[in-house]
Amino acid sequence: MITLLYFARLRESFGISSEQAHPPAHVVDVRSLTEWLRQRGGAWQEELAQSRPVRVAVNQDMAGPDRAVCDGDEIAFFPPVTGG
Amino acid sequence: MTVRVQNEDFDLGAEILKLRQGNSGIGAIASFVGLVRDLNENARVAEMTLEHYPGMTEKALAEILEQAKQRWSIIDALVIHRVGSLKPADQIVLVAVSSAHRGAAFAACEFIMDYLKTRAPFWKKEQTEAGARWVDAHESDETAVQRWV
Repeated sequence: MITLLYFARLRESFGISSEQAHPPAHVVDVRSLTEWLRQRGGAWQEELAQSRPVRVAVNQDMAGPDRAVCDGDEIAFFPPVTGG
Repeated sequence: MTVRVQNEDFDLGAEILKLRQGNSGIGAIASFVGLVRDLNENARVAEMTLEHYPGMTEKALAEILEQAKQRWSIIDALVIHRVGSLKPADQIVLVAVSSAHRGAAFAACEFIMDYLKTRAPFWKKEQTEAGARWVDAHESDETAVQRWV
């Protein structure tokens, strides 16, 4: 089981801020996790499209598409940051 | 080195006083205060909401301060960033850096702000006359951070 968090525009589009998920065995990294979520269709397909600038953090560290995803991880999806 | 993410406003004078108290080796303090503007991309901003990622935001800010400390000879550094609902002219962010000489304080202060703007998980949403909108990231912010690489 992994914990998924969504922030800002993604949180609003998906209508949830967090969820517990049980991805299938072929989900091994950020790339395959994103692809799996995209297959939910609708807002998921749209917001997580490859052309969209989505950022991902694994266990609160910024992560690229090759970063491994393991049981128990906290994985966050969000738009580019705009603080300051 | 101090990081605070809070709803409440901050008092620049009180924060600078705390930063310099008890250390007469400090010869310089540089500070930056970011404010909410009433106009952004040709729309009047009535209110701004700042969202963050509790836990990661504090960790990312602490890492930025640590990098600044490795890079320049600074004595101490402070970041306060507000979240929640803010109005035009409200203070959003404070960065203050103390050092023996001004060069390190100026440079580290600017470095911390540039990294904060592109690496710390905060998101702004504006309420304008035309409705609510998420603020888009600016390419100029990424360009600004690249000069430190």
